[in-house]
Amino acid sequence: MIVQAAGRRDRIGAKYGMWLFLFTEILFFGGMFLLYSVYRSEYPVEFHASAAEENLLLGSINTAVLLTSSLFIAVAISAVKKGSYRLSIIFQVATILMGLAFLGIKSVEWSEKITRGIYPNSPVLDKMKMGDILFFGLYYVMTGIHGIHVFIGICVISSMVYFTLTGNITKENFSKIENTGLYWHFVDIVWIYLFPLFYLIT
Amino acid sequence: MTLNATESQDHISSYRTYFFIWAALMLLLVATIAVAKVEVSRYSVLLNLFIATVKAGLVLFFFMHLKYENWFLKGVLFMVLVMLAIVIGLTFSDVWYR
Amino acid sequence: MENTASEYESFYHGKGKYKGILSWLMSTDHKRIGIQYLVALLTFFSVGVLLGLLIRLSLIAPGKFIGQETYNRVFSVHGIIMIFLFIIPGVPVAFGNFFLPILIGARDVAFPRLNRFTWWIYLAGATLVVFSLFAAGGAPDTGWTFYAPYSIRAKANITLAVTGVFVLGFSSILTGINFVTTIHRLRAPGMTWFKLPLFVWTLYATGWVQLLATPVLAITLVFIILGRVFGVGFFDPSKGGDPILYEHLFWTYSHPAVYIMVLPAMGIISEVIPVFARKKIFGYKAVAFSAIGIASVGYFVWGHHMFTSGMSDTARIIFSFITFLVAVPSGIKIFNWVSTLYKGSIVGSAPIYFALTFIFLFSIGGLTGLIIGSLEPNLQLHGTYFIVAHFHYVMFGGAGFAILTALHYWFPKMFGRMYPERPAKIGWFILFIGFNLLYFSMFILGYEGMPRRYFDYPPRYFPLHLVSTIGSWILAIGLAIIAGNLLRALFKGPKAPADPWGGRTLEWTIPSPPPTENFAETPVIRD
Repeated sequence: MIVQAAGRRDRIGAKYGMWLFLFTEILFFGGMFLLYSVYRSEYPVEFHASAAEENLLLGSINTAVLLTSSLFIAVAISAVKKGSYRLSIIFQVATILMGLAFLGIKSVEWSEKITRGIYPNSPVLDKMKMGDILFFGLYYVMTGIHGIHVFIGICVISSMVYFTLTGNITKENFSKIENTGLYWHFVDIVWIYLFPLFYLIT
Repeated sequence: MTLNATESQDHISSYRTYFFIWAALMLLLVATIAVAKVEVSRYSVLLNLFIATVKAGLVLFFFMHLKYENWFLKGVLFMVLVMLAIVIGLTFSDVWYR
Repeated sequence: MENTASEYESFYHGKGKYKGILSWLMSTDHKRIGIQYLVALLTFFSVGVLLGLLIRLSLIAPGKFIGQETYNRVFSVHGIIMIFLFIIPGVPVAFGNFFLPILIGARDVAFPRLNRFTWWIYLAGATLVVFSLFAAGGAPDTGWTFYAPYSIRAKANITLAVTGVFVLGFSSILTGINFVTTIHRLRAPGMTWFKLPLFVWTLYATGWVQLLATPVLAITLVFIILGRVFGVGFFDPSKGGDPILYEHLFWTYSHPAVYIMVLPAMGIISEVIPVFARKKIFGYKAVAFSAIGIASVGYFVWGHHMFTSGMSDTARIIFSFITFLVAVPSGIKIFNWVSTLYKGSIVGSAPIYFALTFIFLFSIGGLTGLIIGSLEPNLQLHGTYFIVAHFHYVMFGGAGFAILTALHYWFPKMFGRMYPERPAKIGWFILFIGFNLLYFSMFILGYEGMPRRYFDYPPRYFPLHLVSTIGSWILAIGLAIIAGNLLRALFKGPKAPADPWGGRTLEWTIPSPPPTENFAETPVIRD
């Protein structure tokens, strides 16, 4: 009934561990969403006005990029399970490229704002209304921490490419890449919520 | 909780399924932008969040294979979300009535 | 099974890749990791006790020994060390690590290398915290709660200390993940959920609280760091921020954290009492479910820490009500322990002394908790010594005494030596007297209106402060006797048999100290 660890990999155990970690991530981001919802309810007008300043085009492209990357990593995992390792590597690399594209577009958005003098503690921002200060503060913190998660994901997927190449990941032993996929999809889901909250509430 | 042999067998989704899910996600992305642009009513924010939840559900159930998991993971995920909702609700019992 | 003459190799002698200190630091053996944690915890506990003695010393003659600034730093550091470095990791990382796999008949935890990693980052976090005490800028003076906006503006090394606590939180989360997965996946054949020892049940509930509460602390601490480093003003009123939201987020973690400390402590008591009462635990399922009940209701009561911080009346009433609900499962546990003792043939060994003291002190802590959980008295007593007394009764009288119980109960198993009973009981008696002098006088002080954290006070509070300080010295003597007794036994004690107490759980079926592999063959549990 119960799988003993001795000498055997417990794939389900590994998957449980990853899901439990994702639950902690939900609560971690939950703290930020809590702050967002409170301040939005206190400053609805400013939040609407500030959201209009966001670049909807870049935000939408980034959403599409991240959703597509989720497709790629899912395909890469199915490919490993079917034993087509070369196909899997191609899609893993494609996922990494999508992740890098996401971060690239994000940095364009950030630098565009920073050149206008809008960043936490900047003289320009501190002269704005309180709701605006909070909106842009939340924008930088939430997309920033999400960006860090994307970056970590890229690093982890890169090591998965290495493991697939060296035969460490096989169709019998794919816990690593399966868990990586779970993490990557989760990061995608966070963005699915960040997108409307920062770009679409105009 | 018992873990029988069938649960340890793995589900392999076909590339086709993934592609259709991706197509649905893209359509929903277009829909959510449209809703925001058209500003049907003052509920468009809620509608946007609803669409986001549908998208998140598709990712969860198909990309993350939650559909093929046992009741335990589904149940706990649900519990976690309810907990987060209660925490936010209790905080608002302060913020709204202060 | 008795210790037979046949040779076996205990985990202390097991051969690994590494030698010396590295054979410990690099070990993935849950028992070695548990012992290392225990050493670290007791070290930090000793430092915390010394700081506490310093606080008490300063209070009988304000200004004579340490200045006001130093006093603020000392009580902050006392809190940070005791809470984040000792009592929150406390029972799970030391006794949980050592005994969880054995109690469910497993070889190790589900993720042994992750387990070693949690130990490393615990060390890293502890190093950061300790470093923050000595780096330029000075030790934190915010209290252990790091309340914003002061914590964002204070000159002291808050950033370092907060980063340290963040890292410690990560360690706690990963331990929770590891334990929950272990309990789900690695139970021996026949070890069904309702045959699990109660300590395992409480570790399971604690694991979930660690998982679901600690990330909220993590993000809160990130906000403080961002506020200090980048000037993000989420809790700064001059930038539209709301300081009360900080308290919400902080206590959303820090109240459940109380259950991270106390739940596994209750588990230890639930193990010890039936063994020494020579009876089965009364109402096994009720005790098991009440652990889950405490964990889940306890998640939603954080607001009772904020009754006087300007929260809305609606929220105050709701939180006060939910707070009372937590008393129900806690009461169930107390009743079941007492019912187990009823008509038992109680064996008067040292562990049961500490366990019974736990019940007594924890009941006082819990009942005074009801007083300050209700709105009206709270407005009067909040921020006074009443609170200080209450949480020391819960944490030291509860979790602290449970750790002492566990030390005396599992000492033979962990170290393979017996300790003499008499000094243990003398130490216990002195500790008990000192504890109550020290903290009960604080109840009265608080009731009379002495505010907590104050450096100085009007003369009319002096007599009770003096009693309290004398109590602190007696308590320290008691602790010293207990520690000396156990340390001496570590080297000079007679060899312990496999089952010195007549325990029925799995750890007593294997030799003391356990072999590296725990079980020669996987045990099968039949009724």
